[in-house]
Amino acid sequence: MAHAAITHAHGHGHDHDDGTRTTLGFWIYLMSDCLIFATLFATFGVLANATAGGPGAKDLFELPYVLGETLLLLASSVTFGMAMLNLYAQRRGQVIVWLAITFLFGAGFIAMEVNEFAKLIADGAGPGTSAYLSAYFTLVGTHGLHVTAGLLWIAVMMHQTFRFGLTGTIRRRLACLSLFWHFLDLVWICVFTFVYLRGFL
Amino acid sequence: MSQSHASHHVGDDASHGSLKGYMIGTVLSLVLTLASFGVVMFRVVSPAFGLAAIVVLCVAQLVVQLFYFLHIGASRSQRANTGIFVCTAFLIAVIVGLSLWVMHNANVNMMPTQISIDRAMAHD
Repeated sequence: MAHAAITHAHGHGHDHDDGTRTTLGFWIYLMSDCLIFATLFATFGVLANATAGGPGAKDLFELPYVLGETLLLLASSVTFGMAMLNLYAQRRGQVIVWLAITFLFGAGFIAMEVNEFAKLIADGAGPGTSAYLSAYFTLVGTHGLHVTAGLLWIAVMMHQTFRFGLTGTIRRRLACLSLFWHFLDLVWICVFTFVYLRGFL
Repeated sequence: MSQSHASHHVGDDASHGSLKGYMIGTVLSLVLTLASFGVVMFRVVSPAFGLAAIVVLCVAQLVVQLFYFLHIGASRSQRANTGIFVCTAFLIAVIVGLSLWVMHNANVNMMPTQISIDRAMAHD
């Protein structure tokens, strides 16, 4: 009884309990994911010069290509924002359309990254070539896996939005996905700065 | 576009963002991204200043996207998220900064310098 009363008193003032605790929990997960990336960035930073006589950043990468990847991911972040604005405005069709556009930009980013990885490995610069390339593939690959997971999630949410409409559950899930997708763009800002641009200084 | 609806969500506006907010965030992110690549691709400054420049531009863009896309801020609804983020940022600074410091010192003080890698490998 007392517990219920306290819970009620605490929850008072939120006229709709639309999953703010879920998004807070998801935010805490994202922060723990941040720590995974922090350790991978630290590893990369330590091994950045350990090329073992193999190729370095200047031999391997082309900055205009990386700029292309960056702009695709930034564009996808913005279009996801448009999907969220339409979610708040209760326009289901527009939400699905903007999610689809976000998916295409994200898929374009992954396609460019897979193409880059395939080219590196074909040129004999695979993860086994040097500690530098091991760290590179681990860091950038982990980010790529996150984006791929995000793409799957977007596809699932497009289907669920179409099937169930903008219910409380769907809104909560899209709010979490929004945090996840924007967070991946934040990680990519660090990737292009410390992995690609720093290698060209 | 979102103006007509904004009035329904007066209290929630800070955590939701608006079309104007997203547009400002987009333009700032684009400018900061192009500035980062421009500094390196066109060799605007010396390498030492170049590193400082891209780090500053990186942090600036992180702040812009945290504010305009992830809606981090000091408003009541965002205070928990912001507090957790600040703690995480501190942990990241400790993990990355001290790892690099420790490993740099290990590298400087413990690597054999009077013997080549080929000779060292031939001994085993």
